[in-house]
Amino acid sequence: MRIILAALAATTILTGAAQATTVYPLDRATILAGSPFDFKVELKGVLKAEDVKVTVNGEDYKAVFGAPAEFVADEKGKDDKGLGSAMILRGLKLAKAGAYKIDVTAAGETKSITWTVFGTPETAKAKNIIFLLGDGLSVAHRTGARIMSKGMTEGKANGRLNMDDLDRMAFIGTSATDAIATDSANTMSAYMTGHKTAVNALGVYADRTPASLDDPKVETIAEALRRTSKKSIGIVSLAELEDATPAAVVAHTRKRADKPEIVGMFYDVKPEVVLGGGSAYFLGKDVPGSKRKDDKDYIKLFKDAGYALATDKAELEAASGNNTGKLLGLFHTGNMDTILDRKFLKKGTVGKFPNQPGLMDMTKAALEQLSKNPDGFFLMVEGASIDKMSHPMDWDRALYETIEFDQTIGLAREFAAKNPDTLIVVTGDHAHGASIIGTIDDEKPGTDMREKVGVYADAGFPNYEDKDGDGFPDKVDVTRRLAMFSNNFPDYYETFRPKMDGPFEPAIQNEKKEYIANPAYKDVPGAVLRTGNLPRSSDTAVHAVDDVVLQATGPGLEEFKGYMEESDVYRVLVDAFALGAKPAK
Amino acid sequence: MIDNPGGLLPPGLRLGNVMSAVFRPSRRQLMAGLATLPLSAVLRRAFAADDGLTFDELYGKVGVLGLEFSEKVKTLTGHDVAMRGFMAPPLMAEAAFFVLTEIPMSICPFCSSDSDWPDNIVVVYLNEKQTFAQAGALIEVRGRLEMGSWTDPDTGFLSLLRLRDADYATV
Repeated sequence: MRIILAALAATTILTGAAQATTVYPLDRATILAGSPFDFKVELKGVLKAEDVKVTVNGEDYKAVFGAPAEFVADEKGKDDKGLGSAMILRGLKLAKAGAYKIDVTAAGETKSITWTVFGTPETAKAKNIIFLLGDGLSVAHRTGARIMSKGMTEGKANGRLNMDDLDRMAFIGTSATDAIATDSANTMSAYMTGHKTAVNALGVYADRTPASLDDPKVETIAEALRRTSKKSIGIVSLAELEDATPAAVVAHTRKRADKPEIVGMFYDVKPEVVLGGGSAYFLGKDVPGSKRKDDKDYIKLFKDAGYALATDKAELEAASGNNTGKLLGLFHTGNMDTILDRKFLKKGTVGKFPNQPGLMDMTKAALEQLSKNPDGFFLMVEGASIDKMSHPMDWDRALYETIEFDQTIGLAREFAAKNPDTLIVVTGDHAHGASIIGTIDDEKPGTDMREKVGVYADAGFPNYEDKDGDGFPDKVDVTRRLAMFSNNFPDYYETFRPKMDGPFEPAIQNEKKEYIANPAYKDVPGAVLRTGNLPRSSDTAVHAVDDVVLQATGPGLEEFKGYMEESDVYRVLVDAFALGAKPAK
Repeated sequence: MIDNPGGLLPPGLRLGNVMSAVFRPSRRQLMAGLATLPLSAVLRRAFAADDGLTFDELYGKVGVLGLEFSEKVKTLTGHDVAMRGFMAPPLMAEAAFFVLTEIPMSICPFCSSDSDWPDNIVVVYLNEKQTFAQAGALIEVRGRLEMGSWTDPDTGFLSLLRLRDADYATV
């Protein structure tokens, strides 16, 4: 099912900064030398082309850019409202590194901005990059996963996570171009393009016109690899492949909800390995279960392009041994289930999709295929449901997801041990406002769950057990468990317990479009109503603006340090691969 | 789309509905005759005669490459059925339908910009306006089951299963 109207995308405001002369890429943009991007100037007034003067480092822009921009007399907004004139030049490339000062002078308007075009070393430091993105991965997730998975005695961890032993660290700022707050689209887009953008946008700057597919584009890392190298590209996620994080590797749209179009963008780039959920957008509209509005059968298109198809764990194992070098794995019509549901509780949609592979299975298959390329590869692996379970404050599922994500980091480290020319980057895309504050102990007296929350010395240590040594607590609903809470929430019933019947759904919408506490949890023994501190339009807990922690190991790691922004991380990646080296392929 | 070209006819004024009215006179007469009784009492009585259909029974096969309607859905298509579920809030004021879901749900539990629904939803077109059921309240809907891809002309909402000419009551 799908809404065509944009009416529901209430949080997507399809306009840039109104009433100001704006130049895209924005001021302080960093641009890989030789990478194509769209240049756009949005003017306030309706002007004549000859009345607008644009210079680059003092020269007429046409001399530097090599082509004239298209002049739009009056751009149209919603309901055909005039927005002002604009200049657009698509696919511009700047080969020479350095500062580019752009000055726009027009009747009553001036704007001055500067870009930095950067080159890279001539020689690559790394042959392969494995970029592991824990969606929403915050410090509390790491701490919680460590305590749950490894245990703790007398204040010392009984074991270390795989992410605990990566060599370098940086604090990463995650804010968007339009807000300090952020979402998984603009954040991953900044990692994958080197350009910050607006909430909900992928691979584009957010301009002022309503259309979502015409915004000024920037190059994604996948496109840069196609342009400059023969490396393979892999994308692995437990989310729908059209979801923001995996999409950001290939996509260009102002609106992450353009999922049918995003499948087409995957097809345009054709990453060698694509594994995840979201088959509904690959099916033509007449197939029950499809979420497309056209008849395009992308399953067939990918197969015709030489891809082996896998739809469950067994098929993935079979396909990962083949020699086609191209693998499409679709394991769910929507988002894949969490490991707590897949492996332990059999809830969620596991009944309908009982043979889904896990993140480890998918990453292993991807590495097997990609490592066949003598030129190397870029692999993006997303631990998607750390975020998808932190939104509804289902902390047990979020922490099990973090453990699975960490085990996948272990797999990457094993690969890098055998292939030392591999750079591993582990990071989150944004934080959640979640913290562990102690334990919840069912053995404490009484029925009032609030009084069973152990803080300070009363917290003691949880009693999770991992007798089978798989890294996951054998039982999630132990009697003394982690107490994790969100600092922001809609109205909801706090049950102080793991959600054994399926992922938590804290709030539902009423007829006034306000989110109210989901009454399904009202009668859970000990449940208490928490009155929300978020606007009533918020359905779940929201992302936090806090920095996230990036860790890295392998060649090229020395550039990670101190405070960086997601757009800066891109430069480290392309430096490691020397994607700005000349001559191009 | 063919059965409602250009969306000019409001739902409830299509040829198919006229036909269904012919086949279902008893309910209309019942409604008229018992107009003084509380509506819910009428509906409860009427529901007793219908075939029940549950969310678990919608699909015979669920797979990555598509779903397949169950034999029961195929058999009941064109007939009156009763289904229990939860009313998702109306998509927009002018929508002539609402979405019936298996569990109470928000439109998109996880994301800020998307409008994804689970596979097992049923779109309900009411025969006359009814007030919104309280969020989280279990309702029973009765209507004529319609199967197959259809795009709502006013909203662009694509559905696979619908209950037409329907009414509902809180259980």
